[in-house]
Amino acid sequence: MSQFTLSVNGETRSIDIAGDTPLLWVLRDHLQLVGSKFGCGIGQCGACTVHLDGEPTRACITPVSDIGQRKITTIEGLSANGEHPLQIAWRELDVPQCGYCQAGQIMTAAALLKKSPRPSDQEIDAELEGNLCRCGTYLRIRAGIHRAAEIAAARETA
Amino acid sequence: MNNPAPQNPSRRAFIRNSALLGGGLVLGVYVTQTDTFKHWIAKPDEAADSVEFKPNAFIRIAPDGTVTLISKQPEIGQGIKTSLPMVIAEELEVDWRDVVIVQGDLDPVYGSQSAGGSRSTPTNYEEFHRLGATARNLLIQAAAQIWQVPADNLQARDSAVHDPASGRKLSFGELTTTAAGLPLPPPGEVKLKDPKDFKLLGTRIGGVDNPAIVTGKPLFGIDVQLPGLRYATYVKSPAFGGKVVSANLDEIKALPGIVDAFSIDGTENLKGLLPGVAIVADSSWAAFRARQQLRIVWDEGKVAEQSWADFSRQAQALSKQVGAEVLRKDGDTDAALKTAAKAVEAAYQYPFISHASIEPQNATVWFKDGGVEIWAPTQNPEAGQKIVTETLGIPKEKITLHITRSGGGFGRRLIPDYLIEAVAIAQRIDAPVKLTWTREDDLQHDQYRAGGFHFLRGGLNEQGKLIAWHNHFITFSHPVFKDGKNSLELGSGANLSGDEFPGRWVENCLLEQTPLACGIPMGPWRAPRSNVLAWVFHSFIDELAHAGGRDPLEFRMEILGDQGFLPGSGEQGIPYDVNRMKHVLQHVAEKAEWGKKTYPRGQGQGIAFHFSHRGYIAQVAEVTVSPDGKLKVDRVVVSTDIGAQIVNLSGAENQVQGSVIDGLGALMFQELDIDKGRIVQSNFGDYPMIRIADAPTRIDVHFLKTDFPVTGLGEPALPPLAPAVCNAIYAATGIRVRQLPLSRTDLSWS
Repeated sequence: MSQFTLSVNGETRSIDIAGDTPLLWVLRDHLQLVGSKFGCGIGQCGACTVHLDGEPTRACITPVSDIGQRKITTIEGLSANGEHPLQIAWRELDVPQCGYCQAGQIMTAAALLKKSPRPSDQEIDAELEGNLCRCGTYLRIRAGIHRAAEIAAARETA
Repeated sequence: MNNPAPQNPSRRAFIRNSALLGGGLVLGVYVTQTDTFKHWIAKPDEAADSVEFKPNAFIRIAPDGTVTLISKQPEIGQGIKTSLPMVIAEELEVDWRDVVIVQGDLDPVYGSQSAGGSRSTPTNYEEFHRLGATARNLLIQAAAQIWQVPADNLQARDSAVHDPASGRKLSFGELTTTAAGLPLPPPGEVKLKDPKDFKLLGTRIGGVDNPAIVTGKPLFGIDVQLPGLRYATYVKSPAFGGKVVSANLDEIKALPGIVDAFSIDGTENLKGLLPGVAIVADSSWAAFRARQQLRIVWDEGKVAEQSWADFSRQAQALSKQVGAEVLRKDGDTDAALKTAAKAVEAAYQYPFISHASIEPQNATVWFKDGGVEIWAPTQNPEAGQKIVTETLGIPKEKITLHITRSGGGFGRRLIPDYLIEAVAIAQRIDAPVKLTWTREDDLQHDQYRAGGFHFLRGGLNEQGKLIAWHNHFITFSHPVFKDGKNSLELGSGANLSGDEFPGRWVENCLLEQTPLACGIPMGPWRAPRSNVLAWVFHSFIDELAHAGGRDPLEFRMEILGDQGFLPGSGEQGIPYDVNRMKHVLQHVAEKAEWGKKTYPRGQGQGIAFHFSHRGYIAQVAEVTVSPDGKLKVDRVVVSTDIGAQIVNLSGAENQVQGSVIDGLGALMFQELDIDKGRIVQSNFGDYPMIRIADAPTRIDVHFLKTDFPVTGLGEPALPPLAPAVCNAIYAATGIRVRQLPLSRTDLSWS
């Protein structure tokens, strides 16, 4: 066991834990942040996607000892009150079916919008390729990202 | 999930404002509650609130006007938690923004709570109208009593009762105390709304849990948190039916974070508690990490001799013989095929596949106060309760079962194997225990969609009309000992009905079925049977159409003929309304401009239809296949007849589009190999699922409104997709796909 000090959603959290523990289980079992989901455990489905210093990262294959000073953002910390453009767009377009993968989809999409504020379908497909949606909401995910880009653009000009 | 506790006015104001500010396409119920599972631990004292109006088990109206509706069926992504309460809300005339929806626990007061067979909507639709209308009737009577006017003069709308004559109104919240004191009206006095007056049904309503989903609030079974929670993993024999001989339990128990490790004898029931070794730890990771050190000696048993390669050899050999069972015999198929102007022969096969619901199986169980409390993502809570009683002898009344949201179902969570495992483990631990399957557990211990082999012959007359159809279906079964003798029981979803199209439509028709014995668990996978039978039959029909130089649409219309309504053959038969099918087929052809477009080589259209789960669905797929064989589905057009009313347009469209993408994923990628009695694949790396880039560019969904009873939409839109796409591939390339998945067929052309 070792002591780790993590920055999670802007808060400093200290935890005594084995260094090989994947960040996903630190979040879910120890910090009670269960928005990041367990889907495969090998970085193939994207349900566990969080941001480390803004970079989308698979929490299920990231040992807590590898995080260092990087700032962790989870779906719970994406916005203060659920008003990130993607969260608004997801509600507006009723994107989810079962909803289990959607936190991961949104986290990956949020990073995409940061580097490409008006992404094309091709960019969306390339960036979201690592996020499985078993229910097949892919058309609404594409539409949701375009809608979020509009909402963000409207905020810019407002 | 919504807060079940009474709401304060400021929260209601927040709900209204948020919904208005959204400016979006759908209404949403906004949730401020952060601890979803709180009400399951400490239920509010309902008796304390004497003025609440509770006309039935599904509706509670608080004095502050909050209307709480119970969702009784499990939510697995099919949208039932939003759609069925909409039916009550429509009749109740409540403003949807005043509604809070709570998932009901397993409770006989709600009636059947299983979510399967696309049955939740058709079996509850009318009853839910009556529930809402009864409550509305009482609220109107309450207002009539207060105002001393005839009830007939009053109207309910927007969460209030209005008196048009005087312009006054009383909100539902103001009426609860009076309404609570009224006797239920006789059923005959409760008038349902005229569908033309529906304001909510048929509109686009966002999923009630969306706000919690997009902010990562706890919702799913795997999210359950309890004080002192322990975390378990359970290791079963990789070869089905294997038993534990020994395991290094003492070494495991000495590892960090481990609470206990023990083996469980289990039963032989493939859908129940199988033998294995449990590790219980103080965190999920401690359990999973210890599992890497676990060494189990298995007695693998006879199933370990089974393989797909061997099943395939057996099927080829059996295809040369007469079938074990004749499901239909009309006319003389052999004679007709001999004299046919054209005869076509083809063999189709498909593999076992997994449900792969994205939330791995899990359940949380707490033995306390002489009973057991279970939290489970289940489609079939009754089955969960039953297996606990059967396996462990725990009486029904000692079992409390909380239904959580499920991260996908697809039929997998109708089987309670994971639930009974969690209960058997927790029984030995003095704390709540959450059992979480790994993805590998999930893929290698599923209740699989069975593979199958179809050996087909078809014949056309001089005019190119279908006159003969012969199918020998080689399928899978389990050896069972029943009524004092050994027999074979067909796998769930592995059977063929003698009524399946085109049985009943062809004058010379022979349908035979021969089961192979296997020890692989089989279970219902979204649209059981139909999910592959539609592919086989509509692909072969397409082969026959092309062999006769016929247009695939016109050929199908000719087969359907003018028979109107066809009753099922016997009790298990399938009643079929030919006109409804012709209607959707014609409609989809028009919308897709069937036969009106000319395509270059490498592009084409394919058509198919299927009836299942009371739904009539036809689809046209438009595809592009690159010269090097890469498939892109450009558009799928879907026409559906699922009756008189779409409940939630947004949810319905999502289900159809999801069915198309799910069907495409199974078609393109999904395949399990079986070797030494076990599943070879282990995770999404070697069991690929469809990803966003392979989703169709467009999916156009059309709902044809007919006079028939309303039905469900979780399943029937899936089956026609695979044959529509494969028929389009043939039109584009001349390559006929006779094996699934698609990755087994080289689609390159030049």
